[in-house]
Amino acid sequence: MAARIYLGFEEPIERLEKQLQDLEAKKDDSVETQEEIRSLKREIADKTKSIYENLSAWQTVEVARHQQRPQSADYLNLVFDEFVELHGDRKFGDDRALRTGFAKLDAFKVMFLGHFKGRNLKERSECYFGCAHPEGYRKAISKMQLAEKYQIPVIAFIDTPGAYPGVGAEERGQAMAVADAMFAMSRLRTPVVCVVIGEGGSGGALGIGVGDRVAMLQHSYYSVISPEGCAGILWKSHQFKEQAADALRFTSKYLPKFGVVDDVIEEPLGGAHRDHRQMAARLKMYLLKTLKELNGVEADNLVQQRYDKFRRMGEFLEREVTQTEATA
Amino acid sequence: MSSTTPEFAAAAAAAEGVKRAKRGVPEGLWQRCPGCQAVIFRKQAEELLSVCPECEHHWYVSATDRIEQVLDSGTFEEWDGELMPTDPLQFADKKAYAERLVAEQKRTGLRDAALTGCGMIRARRVAIGVTDSAFIMGSMGSVVGERLARLIERAADQNLPLIVISGSGGGARMHEGILSLMQMAKVTAALARYHEMGGLFISVLTNPTMGGVAASFASLGDLIFAEPKALIGFAGPRTIKATIRIELPDGFQTSEFLLEHGFVDRIVPRSRLKSEIARAIDYCGK
Ligand SMILES: [Zn+2]
Repeated sequence: MAARIYLGFEEPIERLEKQLQDLEAKKDDSVETQEEIRSLKREIADKTKSIYENLSAWQTVEVARHQQRPQSADYLNLVFDEFVELHGDRKFGDDRALRTGFAKLDAFKVMFLGHFKGRNLKERSECYFGCAHPEGYRKAISKMQLAEKYQIPVIAFIDTPGAYPGVGAEERGQAMAVADAMFAMSRLRTPVVCVVIGEGGSGGALGIGVGDRVAMLQHSYYSVISPEGCAGILWKSHQFKEQAADALRFTSKYLPKFGVVDDVIEEPLGGAHRDHRQMAARLKMYLLKTLKELNGVEADNLVQQRYDKFRRMGEFLEREVTQTEATA
Repeated sequence: MSSTTPEFAAAAAAAEGVKRAKRGVPEGLWQRCPGCQAVIFRKQAEELLSVCPECEHHWYVSATDRIEQVLDSGTFEEWDGELMPTDPLQFADKKAYAERLVAEQKRTGLRDAALTGCGMIRARRVAIGVTDSAFIMGSMGSVVGERLARLIERAADQNLPLIVISGSGGGARMHEGILSLMQMAKVTAALARYHEMGGLFISVLTNPTMGGVAASFASLGDLIFAEPKALIGFAGPRTIKATIRIELPDGFQTSEFLLEHGFVDRIVPRSRLKSEIARAIDYCGK
């Protein structure tokens, strides 16, 4: 793996880890040095813990977008035993930002859907930085229906800044494609498990987000709009992205309280980017547990429970109509 | 990239839309048409359902006026009018959302951006919902989502055709955060259930219909009608321009553009909307 990239707020950790490296490079076996190394490691762990326990909303966004954060491609290697990609929406093309296919997860055969962001510039531009076009959502619909036909559970990994805003996307019905995907997903007669692994960017995320269970990784975020977008509209400047991030309450601290996210999957100390394997192991455990829970639930009940879950979302006041008003 | 989400675009587009078509026919005897700049006698435009007599530009109409225009006179019965918005995030930008709500309620006379209920269209009973683009840009928060979901469920229970007339530049309402986004799924799920039960849904798109509203119920009609020259799309023109840095084609994201690309069944001028809805209901045997 390439050298670790540190975020601005990780500067104290970076400093300590540099010290540790220098110390270890000395190859000094003396008791004093060994003790110093141990103590430095403890200090690093404590520092990392205290920083990551108190991430601001904006810092969470930075972690969720971290260049070295594991993506769908990484999890396909680390969590699943096999991935058989199924390309194309049979209508227009094969979206590269949203990929689908059969996958094996221990004893389970599943249909995998997931946003792909890419690592280097070539990969990133090939998959439009994780922003799917309409054909991505249409591909997802067709593969979900295939899964339904053969009673294969669907697993969707969400990691997108949003659906792609472009001329072609509009010409080919981006709004309708997202709506159709939610429409199909809400009635799917096979289990659906969704996990926000990084960025849950508005409609582009929700387009593959109507699941029996919706989970998120601890330092991911799931929002109606990006903090920059929100700041641009309501504060009239992207400069206010940190305020907007706070105001939107989109971190794992809040979303379970709103009933939007069922489970939060804890990340390794210092974020998923520090330990892909450990993150993958936890994710795998969650998926297996959840698939076992949903496996065998009768399709009618599954659809009804999914309906009821989304039906409850929202907060409003239902004012009692008073007697005088009723007779007025 | 991430700074230019569809919702940002939607709002930007709405801001443009509002400049073009400001709050319909305001007080005063005369009104400058945002379409052709002609100065129009207000009463004359009102008689034409707020359509410019010179250029047929379709001006903004409020949800209340829209219901008046589409339903048989005096047949509207409001459903769930007691639902009131709240402030689940305790959201504040330059202004607190709670204050914004009160100000919008006062200004528009609405409790939130949607009116729902039932009534008759040429003696056919229908369930009807209208969003009003003047209330926080017609954006969908929990109340709009809940009213539409209840409307759809009642239409299913009572076997009524469903009409939803959308006007929303704002898409999903930012001030209620993720709960607004989830209204898209909630209303969509209600429509999918209604669809399975055989319900007829006619979606009417008016200027503007953008973002999360376009990407949910508005695009899910068995039939989709659009008023002429309405702005309809997912991402707003400004966002798209900022992302791809090319000039957008003429007429991009208009009703006519959507018709050409196969996403709208018919473009229906306001003067014919009522009769076209009635005829479609007849064809579908509802
Ligand atoms: Zn005019």
